[in-house]
Amino acid sequence: MVEKGSEASWGMAALRERLAKQRGRVFWRSLEELAGDPAFVRFLEGEFPTPAPAEVDRRTFLKLMGASLALAGLSSACTRQPTEQIFPYTRAPEEVVPGRPLFYATAMTFGGFAAGLLVESHMGRPTKIEGNPQHPASLGATDVFAQAAILTLYDPDRSQVVLYRGGIHTWAAFWGALAIERERWQATRGAGMRILTETVTSPTLADQVRQVLTLFPEARWHQYEPVSRDHQKAGARLAFGRFVETHYRLQEARVMLSLEADFLAWGPNHLRQAREFILRRRAETEPTEWNRLYVFESTPSLTGAMADHRFPVRASAIESIARALARRLGLEVPEPDLASLGIDPRLVEALARDLDQHRGESLVLVGETQPPLVHALGHALNQALGNVGRTVIYTEPVEAEPIQHMASLRELAEDMEAGRVDALFIVGANPAYTAPADLDFAERMNRVRLRVHLGQYADETAQLCHWHLPESHFLEAWSDGRAPDGTVTIMQPLIAPLHETRSAHEVLAALLGEAERPGYEIVRAYWQQQFEAGQVGGFSDFQTFWRMALHEGVVSGTSLPPVSVSVQWAAIAAELAKRPARAPEGIEIVFRPDPTVWDGRFANNGWLQELPKPLTKLTWDNAAIIAPTLAERLGVKNGEVVELRRGDRQVLAPVWILPGQAVETVTVHLGYGRWRAGRVGSHLGFNAYRLRTSGAPWFEVGVEIRRTHRRHELVSTQDHHSMEGRHLVRTATLGEYRENPRFAKELGQDPPPDLTLYPEHRYDGYSWGMVIDLNACIGCNACVIACQAENNIPVVGKREVKIGREMHWIRIDRYFEGRDLERPDIYHQPVLCMHCDHAPCEVVCPTGATVHSHEGLNQMTYNRCVGTRYCSNNCPYKVRRFNFRLYADWATETLKMQRNPDVTVRSRGVMEKCTYCVQRINAARIEAKKRDRAIRDGEVVTACQQACPTEAIVFGNLNDLESRVAQLKAHVLNYGILTELNTRPRTTYLARLRNPNPEVAALLEEGTP
Amino acid sequence: MAQIFHRSTNLIARVSILGAVFIIAAVTWALAALNRSPYVTQVGVAREQPVPFSHKHHVKQLGIDCRYCHTSVEESRFAGIPPTETCMTCHSQIHATSPMLEPVRESWRTNRPIPWTRVYDLPDFVYFDHSIHVKQGVACVTCHGPVDEMPLVWKASTLHMEWCLECHRQPELYVRPREYVFRTDWAPREDQRELGRRLVREYGIDRPEKLTDCSVCHR
Repeated sequence: MVEKGSEASWGMAALRERLAKQRGRVFWRSLEELAGDPAFVRFLEGEFPTPAPAEVDRRTFLKLMGASLALAGLSSACTRQPTEQIFPYTRAPEEVVPGRPLFYATAMTFGGFAAGLLVESHMGRPTKIEGNPQHPASLGATDVFAQAAILTLYDPDRSQVVLYRGGIHTWAAFWGALAIERERWQATRGAGMRILTETVTSPTLADQVRQVLTLFPEARWHQYEPVSRDHQKAGARLAFGRFVETHYRLQEARVMLSLEADFLAWGPNHLRQAREFILRRRAETEPTEWNRLYVFESTPSLTGAMADHRFPVRASAIESIARALARRLGLEVPEPDLASLGIDPRLVEALARDLDQHRGESLVLVGETQPPLVHALGHALNQALGNVGRTVIYTEPVEAEPIQHMASLRELAEDMEAGRVDALFIVGANPAYTAPADLDFAERMNRVRLRVHLGQYADETAQLCHWHLPESHFLEAWSDGRAPDGTVTIMQPLIAPLHETRSAHEVLAALLGEAERPGYEIVRAYWQQQFEAGQVGGFSDFQTFWRMALHEGVVSGTSLPPVSVSVQWAAIAAELAKRPARAPEGIEIVFRPDPTVWDGRFANNGWLQELPKPLTKLTWDNAAIIAPTLAERLGVKNGEVVELRRGDRQVLAPVWILPGQAVETVTVHLGYGRWRAGRVGSHLGFNAYRLRTSGAPWFEVGVEIRRTHRRHELVSTQDHHSMEGRHLVRTATLGEYRENPRFAKELGQDPPPDLTLYPEHRYDGYSWGMVIDLNACIGCNACVIACQAENNIPVVGKREVKIGREMHWIRIDRYFEGRDLERPDIYHQPVLCMHCDHAPCEVVCPTGATVHSHEGLNQMTYNRCVGTRYCSNNCPYKVRRFNFRLYADWATETLKMQRNPDVTVRSRGVMEKCTYCVQRINAARIEAKKRDRAIRDGEVVTACQQACPTEAIVFGNLNDLESRVAQLKAHVLNYGILTELNTRPRTTYLARLRNPNPEVAALLEEGTP
Repeated sequence: MAQIFHRSTNLIARVSILGAVFIIAAVTWALAALNRSPYVTQVGVAREQPVPFSHKHHVKQLGIDCRYCHTSVEESRFAGIPPTETCMTCHSQIHATSPMLEPVRESWRTNRPIPWTRVYDLPDFVYFDHSIHVKQGVACVTCHGPVDEMPLVWKASTLHMEWCLECHRQPELYVRPREYVFRTDWAPREDQRELGRRLVREYGIDRPEKLTDCSVCHR
C-alpha cells in the first residue's frame, strides 16, 4: 500500500519519484491511490461515504422513534395480504408451461452483423438474453450490448407512436401520404428519392431495397454508420483490387501483431476472436503452446490490456511501423524515419524476427482506425509471412452492398445541398447526431422536401423529419441477418410489439406498395423463394427448412467458402510513393466509439450508462483522455474542463488522465452529448462528433487544448471497493512460471488449516465453488451486465455512484502495474462474493440474515435483513451492496416485465450481493431430483459464466473431483485473495501469465521504447 | 406550597407501572393472536369465485384426478390453473346452458380469461416449487387440506414460515408413497414415522439441515 499523502496537491514528478522508491511489483488502480491523495484516503476510510447527516434534535428523534416503533408493531401484525387474482389462458398455447421459461433462438444485429442469441421467455415475456452456442459469431457468449438490449426493449422512452411534424399521428395517415408520393415517383422514376440505411446484411432487407430501386430506377440507396468498416474495405480494395472479408483464425496464430486492432472488443466477430485468442493463453495451456501478442495503439484498449508487449504510440506513427516491418520482411518499402517518432529500430527488428520465425503461425491485424494503406500493408505482410490460408482467410463480402459509408453520406449531403434530394427515407440511422461536423448534415437536411425517419427513438434526426415512424425492437419483429462468416440467422420475435411500431421490412414493403404486409410474411416469402430457387437447402420441404432454421438459430450451409486472392503490390507501392511517411507535429485527436454506449445508440440504456468503462472506469460520462505526461505539461487534473479546438470547431471536455495513453494524443469517445436520447441519455458528456470530419474519422493531427480552469464532476469507480495491496493480482512471465510454477501460491500466506475459531462445516453433497482464469479475462464487462439482467439489479444514477453506492454484484477491478506511468501493464480482476467458508460477514449479522448453507453458499436472506450493514463493514472483499434508497423502479410498467421472476426485487434498507445464481442452482437441483440423478458438471451455469466470451469463469461442484472447477482448483496457478485472513474463499483465481519476448523485454529494460 | 397529590396516589402510580407491563404483554399477545387468526391468514375462509366451482363435486363425486386441470403440477413450480378450454371440454356438452356457467362460456366466446381469486398466495420473496414436492411424496392434501370436501376452496394452512418448516424439519412425518400423492383417500397402513423414514431414504430427501437452508426457499 502506498503511504498516505499530505493535503497538499501532488504532481506527476512526485508520483514518479514515489513509484521509483517502491520495491517489488507495484499494482495500483489510480494516480490518486498512488499519490495517497487525501480525497482517495477519505473515500477509502469511510466504508459507506455518506452525505452530511441531517440535524435532528433529541425531541424530534424521540418522536420519530416512537412513531416508527408504533407503526412497526401495527404493520407487522395487522397487515392482511391483498387479494390477488389469477388469469389463466382461455386457450392454452402449445409448449407454454406456466412457471417454466422457454428459450427461442434469434439474433441481434449490431453494426449490421448478426450475433446469434437464445432469449429466455417467461410466459411470453422476454427477460434475459444469452448467446446461441450454435452461432458462429456468438459461440454461446454475448457482449454488453446484447445483454443490455433487453432493457432497451422495455425502455419507456422508446418511440411509441407515429409523429407528423412533432404531433401524434397514425400509421394509416402515413400510408396515405406514402401512396401519394408513390404516384409521383412512378412519374419521375423515383428521381430525388433517397433511402439511408445503416450497414445491411439482411438478405430480405437488401432484396426489398433492390426492389425499390428497380421500381424507381432514379432512386438511390445510401448507407452510413459512424463506426463503419470503411478503412477495412478500402484497404482490401487497395491490396486485392476488390473487397473481400478478412477472417482471422486466431487459434492457429503463435505471434500476433495488432496495429490498433481492438479485435477482442470491436468488430462483428469479436466474441469469436476473443474465444479463439484465449485458446492458447489459458492457465492450462502448455507454456510451449502459448501465443504472443504485440499491440501498437494510441489509446489503451481491451486488446492492448491483454498484450504481452503494448506500445503506446501516436495513431499516425503506426503507418511508419507497418512500413518499417514490411521493409524488414522483404517488401519493397522505403525506410521510414523511425527515429523522429522515437521508436528504436532494434525493436522493429526484434519484432520482425519474431514474426519471421513463426511464418504461417503469425498474424498481423490492422484496426479500423488505421487508414486503408496500413490495412493493405497488413494484407501484404500476412501474405509475405505465409499466413494466408492458415491464420487468415478471405471470403466474399457478407454485406449486401459493401460501399464506403463516409463517401456515401458525403454524396448525400452534397446532393441535399444541391437540391437534388426530394424525399429522404432514413431507416434506423441517426445522422443528425452522428454525421461528421464538416458535412453540416442537419442543416442540409432542411432542404429536402419530404423527410421520413424510422427509428426506435424520437431522436435528433426524428426532430428534423416531417414523419417519425416508431421502429420495432429486434425482439418484436421478424427479420434476418448474417454473421461475419456469412451464416444466416432468421430472427424471430419473442413478443408482439409493445407499442405501435413497425419493422424496417414493413416500412420498405409500404414503399413497394404493400402497406401493412406483416413482417412475418415478408421474411418468410423471401426465404421460400430462396428455398425454391435452390439457394438454401438440405431439407425436403420448405416448412421443415423454416422450422429448423428458426429452431437452430442458424441456416445451415450459408457460411461463405474461402476465396483465394493475392496482393497486388503495384497498387500498394504506388500509394506508398504517393504518401511518404511523415513525422507529425502537435497533438493528435483520436476518436473512439464509447465502450458502453457505442456511437450513441445505447445512450438511453441505464445499465450501459452506469457500467464502468473497462479502462477508465468512468460512468455516465465521456472525457478527453490524456496521458499523465501531457497532463503535467498542461497542468490539468482529472475533471478539469478544457477546450478542444480543431479549426473553427471546438468542444468543452473534462480531462481524464489515463496511464498508457500515447503522450501526444487526446482521445475522445463518441456517443455522448446527445440532446434527444431520452430521459436517461440526454445531456450527458460532450458531443465528440462536433470535432469529427469526414476526411479523418479516427484521428487527426492538430488539436489545440486550452485550459478553462472550470471543473466537471467525473465519476469513476476505479477507487471504489479498494482492497489495498496484498498480492491481489498474481502474475509472472512464462519464463518465471517455468522456473517456479508455485509462484502464485508462494505469494500467499495461508494460515494453517486448524487455526480457526469457527466451527468446521461439513459438505457431504454439493459444495459450490468458482474459479476465474485471469489469463482468459479480457475485462469486457459482459458478466457485469449479465448479472444485472439476471438478478434484477437496479441502476442508481451518477450521484449515487459518486458516493460509492453502485449496486453491481460483480465488479471488474482494473490494475495498473509497473513504475512507468506512461506504459503500465494492465490487469483485470473480476470480484464477486467469495462465498467464504469462514465468512466474516456471517458472524456479525445480528438478525441471522446472512448465514452459511450446507452447500457452502453464503446466503443472503433479504426479508431478515434490517440494514445494520455490519456484514458489509466486515467484508474484506467489499462485495456487499446496500440499497440505500429505493433504487429499483417499482412504478414503470414496462420495466417490470424485464424482471427475472426467480429473483426477489429488493427494496431499500436491505443488503444484497452475489448469490452464485442460487436460483439457477435450485432449478438444476429440482430438475436433477425429478430425474433421480445428481446435478451434472456444467449443468449449473451462473449468469456471468454464461455471458463470458472467453469462458474465464468456471463454476461447479467442488466435491465432484471430476468437475472442471475442481480440476482447476487443483491447478498450481490457483490462488485465493486475502486468504491470510483465513476467510477460505470459494471463489479463487488462476494467476495471470504473460509471454514477453525476451529480446524486446531486454530492449525495454534499457529504457528505449 | 402544599403537595398537590396525596401520599396515597403513590399507590396508583405503582399499580399503573405494574399494569403497563401487563398491558404491553396483553397487546403483544393480542397482536400475535391476530396474526395467526383466520382474519389475517384467511385459513378456513371459503373464498368467493367468479364461478362457484366445487372441488367436492368434481373430485369426490366425479373422481376427476387433480392433474386433469392442474396440468403442470409435476413439471413446473406452478401447478397451473386450467384454461377455459379445459372447462369447455365437458361443459360444452354438460350443463351447456346453465346460468351458473355463463362466465365460463363468456370467457370462451370473448377470449378473455376468468379472473379466479387466488386462495394460496405466497409472499413474493418465497419461491415454492410444486413439482419437486409432488415428486418427493408430498401429497396435494397435505398442504391444501381435504380439497375433495370443499364446495368452495379455502386455505387449509397459514403458509407461515413456521408451517413450512414443520415439514422441512421432519419430512418423515408428512411424506407418503409417490403413487398416492394425488389421492385424497389415503391413510398410512403402518406407522407413519417408520414409513416416512423409509421413504425419505428411498426418495433421497435431503437431511433437515439442508432442507432448512435459507436459499432453498428465499433468493
